[in-house]
Amino acid sequence: MSAISEILNKYRSELLEDWLSEMTGSIRRSDLMGTDELRQQAVHFLDLLQLGANASTDGDLSGPAWQDMRELLIDISRSRAAQGFTASETARFVLSFKKPLFARLRRESKDADGLASQTWEANNMLDNIGLYTTEVFLKSREAIIQRQQQDMLELSTPVVKLWEGILALPLIGTLDSARTQIVMESLLQQIVNTGSRVAIIDITGVPTVDTLVAQHLLKTVTAARLMGADCIISGIRPQIAQTIVHLGVGLGDVITKATLADAFVVALQRTGSTISKTQR
Amino acid sequence: MERIPILKLGDFLLVTIQVDMHDRLAMNLQDDLTNKISETKPAGVLIDISSLEVVDSFIGRMIGNIAAMSRVLDAETVVVGMQPAVAITLVELGLSLPGVRTALNVDAGMELLREQAARREELTSGGAKA
Repeated sequence: MSAISEILNKYRSELLEDWLSEMTGSIRRSDLMGTDELRQQAVHFLDLLQLGANASTDGDLSGPAWQDMRELLIDISRSRAAQGFTASETARFVLSFKKPLFARLRRESKDADGLASQTWEANNMLDNIGLYTTEVFLKSREAIIQRQQQDMLELSTPVVKLWEGILALPLIGTLDSARTQIVMESLLQQIVNTGSRVAIIDITGVPTVDTLVAQHLLKTVTAARLMGADCIISGIRPQIAQTIVHLGVGLGDVITKATLADAFVVALQRTGSTISKTQR
Repeated sequence: MERIPILKLGDFLLVTIQVDMHDRLAMNLQDDLTNKISETKPAGVLIDISSLEVVDSFIGRMIGNIAAMSRVLDAETVVVGMQPAVAITLVELGLSLPGVRTALNVDAGMELLREQAARREELTSGGAKA
């Protein structure tokens, strides 16, 4: 049994109290988390630290003895990410245990050499545990961001049916490859589902068009043509027209119209319908 | 040997590709269709690829080639029913099949062919009068 696990065993309740008061002084966020919950987590942490330290204290957390500890850390980090703690506040939950532990190590130690090596061992172990919590914390934050991005992608690409055989796709916001891919797929799928012969892509809400975006638009138009539907691009703003020409992007034989209304008229002509005012 | 049937429907030829194309099959179709066109002299050819779900660059090229060949043989050609995934793949492969007529489904394709045939009739009869 290593010196660290001995101390954990011997001074368990003292360590816990010192640690809790340490946390209360520096990092506890009473607005986000109650004392009872924190104590519960601390007790659980100590149990599992003891369990892990019995097996190894070299700072390697991948062993089976550390399995439960890893799960606890994942749990703690996730819940803190959701509760609104910062990354450093989450890591300090672990790191603040250093002070009480080192104090006990010093008291128990007989010689300077032994103390130095034990301190190093404990320091290394707690650092690794702290880093692990930070890593999990960031991962769960990233997962949240990714989910929101996905939501945004799905929300922002509606394909609307304007008339029998006419679809419209109002694009809003910046177009990147991933988004254009989804736009393209949903438009083509809707063309099949509704049997539409004309599709209007309205880019009034697209702030900038660079070569990549123009390329994507052309691809979509070409793919629609291959399936037997015509595409009309509408809502090209003056600045965008300038950029397109300056960039040397040939929109080729794509029909472009100033507004969605103009494009709609062309689409109606294509499908053989007309709109007229009623006589009163 | 596996072949894709070519059906004669009135004044038009109908080719429906119901299986996944492989290279040999596409080559056979190219031979058969060109022969059949010169035999029967149809006004139009309709190629239905609505069941085709997998294409590679070769098959994409063959579709374009077959359509171009029938046009050279003086038959209006229309490719109908391309699946979205196939269309995206062809565009990504850089095969935009310029000059190939397309339509959403067999219905729209037949309508297109009839229009073309009528226009051609008009031209020839007009030419005869003059």
